[in-house]
Amino acid sequence: MSDFFQAISDYSPYLWEGARVTLALSGGGAVVALVVAVVLGLCAISPVAVLRVGSRVIVEFFRGTSLVVQLFFLFYVFPLFGIDLPGMWCGIVGLGLNYGAYGSEVVRGSLNAVAKVQWESTTALSMSWPLAVRRVIWPQAWGLMLPGLNNLMVMLVKGTAVALLIGLHDLTYWVEVMRKDPEVGLWIAYGAGFLFYYLIALACSSGLRLLERRAQRRLGLAPSKTRTTRATAEAVA
Amino acid sequence: MEFDLEFALETVGPLLMAFLQVTLVVTVAGSVVAALLGLIWAVCQRELPTPVRLPLSWVLDVIRMTPLPLQLLFAVAIFISFDGYRKFPDTDVETIGMILGVAVFAIHYSTYMAESYRAGIDSIRQGQWEAATALSLPRSRVWRAVIIPQALRATLPSLGNWAIAMFKDTPFLLVILVPEMVAKAKQLGGASYQYTEVFTVAGLIFLAASYPTAVLMRKLEKKLVY
Repeated sequence: MSDFFQAISDYSPYLWEGARVTLALSGGGAVVALVVAVVLGLCAISPVAVLRVGSRVIVEFFRGTSLVVQLFFLFYVFPLFGIDLPGMWCGIVGLGLNYGAYGSEVVRGSLNAVAKVQWESTTALSMSWPLAVRRVIWPQAWGLMLPGLNNLMVMLVKGTAVALLIGLHDLTYWVEVMRKDPEVGLWIAYGAGFLFYYLIALACSSGLRLLERRAQRRLGLAPSKTRTTRATAEAVA
Repeated sequence: MEFDLEFALETVGPLLMAFLQVTLVVTVAGSVVAALLGLIWAVCQRELPTPVRLPLSWVLDVIRMTPLPLQLLFAVAIFISFDGYRKFPDTDVETIGMILGVAVFAIHYSTYMAESYRAGIDSIRQGQWEAATALSLPRSRVWRAVIIPQALRATLPSLGNWAIAMFKDTPFLLVILVPEMVAKAKQLGGASYQYTEVFTVAGLIFLAASYPTAVLMRKLEKKLVY
């Protein structure tokens, strides 16, 4: 065990550097993904047919082609057209668009899951669509979508390891460097790697779980079970 | 910069080849093993005594919450530390990479599938368990003849969806240098910096394979899950 802490403290500047890249990709990716998910999710239920079809096409495109392919497009193809994003931004935009598309399915599903009478009552009150969504539908859907978004957040954190493929030095990279150091070795290096990723994912997941509890309390609902595997499986397929 | 259609069409052949030989093989083998393992985890989580069950759940959580590329590199590193490449001198490096890839993908996605099975098992009404007890069926028979067939109905579309997700994660095999489709695309494009064409073709092949399957799963879901 002391070997483990010795290795971690020896490599702490590098691990910190790697963790910073991983955290920046996770945080940046999550922000982009949330925006994309909300915009596309709202478009998917909007009364305007063009928006619905447009969001459907975009979502299916990003869900259907692999994350790595999209990332390589940003990293290798865009510079050919004069758009030269730094690796970090490629990662953030790529992760954000891909997981945003998955997230929009969760958002759409939750908005659709709000009871029909809620929509009908907004019509009875002659609310406009934006007002109805903002004040009536969204607050109720929010509590429903958080478990699904939570699962996707954990997947996004794991997805940051694609950084490796576009030359970024993230946690995975430094773990592999540690592994090659004969004084550290396989088990300590990867033990640290699994532990760090687990802790980051756990922190994100717990934070979102708190938000979820709060949203459900405000709606007067009992806390749900956190596992929403079916919805997530549907979103990522 | 214009799109070189002729070059794009030329790459379709080799990319489809890599798709059939690596991507598809890994996905199919990985999903089958993952579906079996996932079922085992789900049943274990119900049957094992708590002191064994809790560590198992924790290990599954860690596998589920850590990145595939890290796990792939880990598998290769373990293989190297046991001197694997020297022990199997006749097997070529790509095949070894593929086998390790299948193992990692199977284990990783089995942790997701276990959750799907668990949801399916939870959805079975208590009366079914009670009826099985009333008939004094042995425990293994309860699972085989009563619970699993019913749970499978609710679980199958989910399993299919995870298989599609796994399919789209196969390019991660790049990190352990397995020549799957995207690696092949990168190699073909890199020779002349014609990345636009190769990645467009690769993306389209992914889309063409995953979209119809996803639609099929949605149909299946409507039919099977009530």
